[in-house]
Amino acid sequence: MLKQRPFLTETLTAIGLIVAPFVLPHLGFAPNTVNRILVWGLFGLGFDILFGFTGLLSFGQSAFYGTGGFVAAYLLTRAGFSNVLGALVIGMIAAAATGYLIGLIALRRTGIYFAMITVAIAEVFFFVEFNPLSDFTGGENGLPGVPTPSFNLGFTTIHFTNGWSLYQFIALCYFVGVIIALRIVRSPVGAILSAIRDNPLRATAVGHNIHGYKLTAFVIAAAYAGFAGGLLGVLQAFMPPDAFTFDTSGQLVMQTAIGGRATLFGPLVGATVWLFLQDFLQSALGLGAAWKLVLGVVFVLLVCFLRGGIVGGISDLYRLASGRRKRTEDETEGDATDTEAKQESPSAPMLAKEVEHPAYSGPILKATGLTKRYGGLVANSDIDFSVDQGELRGIIGPNGAGKSTFFKMLTCEVAPTSGQIVFEGRDITGLKVTEVCQLGLTKSYQVNQLFTGLTVRENLTIAALAELRGKFRLDLFRTLAGVKGLTEQVEHTLALVNLTRRADTPVSELAYGEKRRLEIGLALATSPRLLLLDEPLAGMSPRERVETVELLKSIARGRTMIIIDHDMDSLFELVERVTVLQEGRVLVSGTPEEIKTNAAVQEAYLGGVHGEIAA
Amino acid sequence: MISWPNLISQLFNGLALGALLALISSGLTIIYGTLGVLNLAHGAMFMIGGYAGFVAYQYTESFILAVIAGSLFVMLLGVAMERLIIRHFYHRPHEDQLLVTFGLGICFVELVRLVFSSQSQIVPPPALFRGITNLGFMFYPTYRLAVVGIVAIALGALFLVLYRTRLGMIVRAGIEDSVMVDSLGINVYRVFMVVFGIGAMAAGFAGIVNAPVVSLTPGIGDDILVQTFVVVVIGGVGSFPGAILGGLIAGEIISVTSMFNPGYAYVMLFAAMTLVLVVRPHGLLGAQGRE
Repeated sequence: MLKQRPFLTETLTAIGLIVAPFVLPHLGFAPNTVNRILVWGLFGLGFDILFGFTGLLSFGQSAFYGTGGFVAAYLLTRAGFSNVLGALVIGMIAAAATGYLIGLIALRRTGIYFAMITVAIAEVFFFVEFNPLSDFTGGENGLPGVPTPSFNLGFTTIHFTNGWSLYQFIALCYFVGVIIALRIVRSPVGAILSAIRDNPLRATAVGHNIHGYKLTAFVIAAAYAGFAGGLLGVLQAFMPPDAFTFDTSGQLVMQTAIGGRATLFGPLVGATVWLFLQDFLQSALGLGAAWKLVLGVVFVLLVCFLRGGIVGGISDLYRLASGRRKRTEDETEGDATDTEAKQESPSAPMLAKEVEHPAYSGPILKATGLTKRYGGLVANSDIDFSVDQGELRGIIGPNGAGKSTFFKMLTCEVAPTSGQIVFEGRDITGLKVTEVCQLGLTKSYQVNQLFTGLTVRENLTIAALAELRGKFRLDLFRTLAGVKGLTEQVEHTLALVNLTRRADTPVSELAYGEKRRLEIGLALATSPRLLLLDEPLAGMSPRERVETVELLKSIARGRTMIIIDHDMDSLFELVERVTVLQEGRVLVSGTPEEIKTNAAVQEAYLGGVHGEIAA
Repeated sequence: MISWPNLISQLFNGLALGALLALISSGLTIIYGTLGVLNLAHGAMFMIGGYAGFVAYQYTESFILAVIAGSLFVMLLGVAMERLIIRHFYHRPHEDQLLVTFGLGICFVELVRLVFSSQSQIVPPPALFRGITNLGFMFYPTYRLAVVGIVAIALGALFLVLYRTRLGMIVRAGIEDSVMVDSLGINVYRVFMVVFGIGAMAAGFAGIVNAPVVSLTPGIGDDILVQTFVVVVIGGVGSFPGAILGGLIAGEIISVTSMFNPGYAYVMLFAAMTLVLVVRPHGLLGAQGRE
């Protein structure tokens, strides 16, 4: 919706900010209230990138808000620094640097640990500000006398004093903040942040260094917080110590959830509702201190029933009103083209990644003595395994034979207890799954690991980005369209896995067979030279199986593949050699014909080893 | 400034605080371990326990009845909270669980503020434990000594429930793998409700037992919640022994640092937490399972 009209959001924001001083006074907003809302909105832009887009819920943003605020206020009041904008920027940098250090600690863990650690950190900052650093921060008195900005343009001096005059300065800061945030969200980094929120495991597996990206989001949020903190001091002509309190962090979280997460403007809307209700409930209804209880109840209800907050709710309504008609058209049209699309032969095979050292000509993968123990349980024991370049290898074995564990060790998701894995002549034992994927080895999962909140196209974009940009890159201001070769690679993969028609469908609306194809597509979009497929046919209807086998044949050209599956008819038709695993060991290897007639294999599958007959 | 009696009395203070933190943290950690929900309203539960006990004391003048009333009230509140709200969040992302419990915590605090105002309330210690005790080498408030004993008994009871009963076995199995427990034909949702009630009760019990040591204010749970988090991170999420060890460590760090300079208590606590995170990311006694 936003992509079709470039700068639509930016333009609307600018118009809104320009019109506000003419409209809002009639709605009962004092200029000071509007300025406060903007400061919260700016604070929230960074927080929304961290929470809404990356999925990291921090309860410790007050630490950076306070740091930025007090550094700027100290410079302006005690250190004799006179350039307000310069002080704000220095405060922002100080907050970002603090954010980097804190991020190194807090991001060691995820989920609720992360939330708990950020709470603790914010509390520490509050106490440090009050006690050890009270000489610099004024302790509980704060820092009074923060000046307002003025700019000397040579011929005249513009001075932003207070009220609507100061609004101009703050609104400009907010506008720049919005532009930067929009660029970040629409950049490759922004796409990867959403992927981390949806499925960190897969984001890692397709080759992104997610720790680096999370730290990036954390620092961005800290920088926004620092700048907003500085503005608070300018706005009030006084830097209040309560900027550092846990309540500040809590209010930010609540405003963002009320307004709508992952919307960028949610925090602004939330702050508007918050400050308006606070005024309204306190003065108009005379509720006194009970206003916070009312807001708390509103917040809980919103979290329970309207997950997207106010902005999310409005855009859902909009979609419901405008989208229903469109969708029915789409669907009827889609059915008509369905059969045509199927008959189209898959387009040209997709090329695998360039080989780094083409001189190497040994087996593409060689595992020796691979063993994995879980306590007393031996999942894999002393497996020797070798696959030649361009080979199509099948792996079969009864349930519990250790096939999936074996795959996990090959892709370095799980470290082997002992043994060695060599990929294209390079020892990859002990590397991380991200690095191995970057080298050109990845797998599709037995249980779908998709980015369920994103569309099919966005899913493949995430995977393709890892191949085109490497595991970590800070191209925060580049557009997705600016990544060379991305569109081609995504379109190509879409065509290969026959999902072109469904490109803009959210994953949650796909049929099971389509999800399975996307799962393979995610692995394929990283252009692996060695592709492992863990039960690609599992759960498919007979017709889907036939189609998927054709798909696998077409992607096998120019690439090596190892496939685990229980569907032996399909597998034997597809592969050149088969390895049979049983009880964590290699039972036998050979051509499909040899395996079919092998007595030991038949016995293993009929359970003869234990003297039982399978039903 | 630093003398032996002073140090020892601070060590005792640390023990009392540590025991309380251990009890509150065990409640938080078994709820998280079993249900996978981090209850940010846990500090409010602690606070409500104190106020419920305070009300009971006003009517009965009996400290024992106050403790029973405070604990039971918070347990029922926990059960109601689980039934009405939390259970709809089991299948929603962690962030939503955090948001809703955070919001509920604020509602509880503000509700109490509305009813009792922000002024502090006082619950006197029971007659049996009033005054100070001569320990031979120093004098120490009797009730603080009693707190250590009372909390130790409560922790012992919790231990018996967790390690010696069928329910406890299910809870501990659920901490390891709740899906597996579910598929064994045990109604995990009923267990979840009971665990939430017990976990909340641990906080409520601590709240009323702690009330005579401090004065009650609606915000009393906020600091405790933060300290509880540090305890759980140090001890390891989902670990009952970890909560006890972490509680004692945190209590001593806060008390001993306060002897030199109260302003640094949180800094030292945070330093200890960071150290644990760097050396043993899963906590001192934590398992690798839940995240």
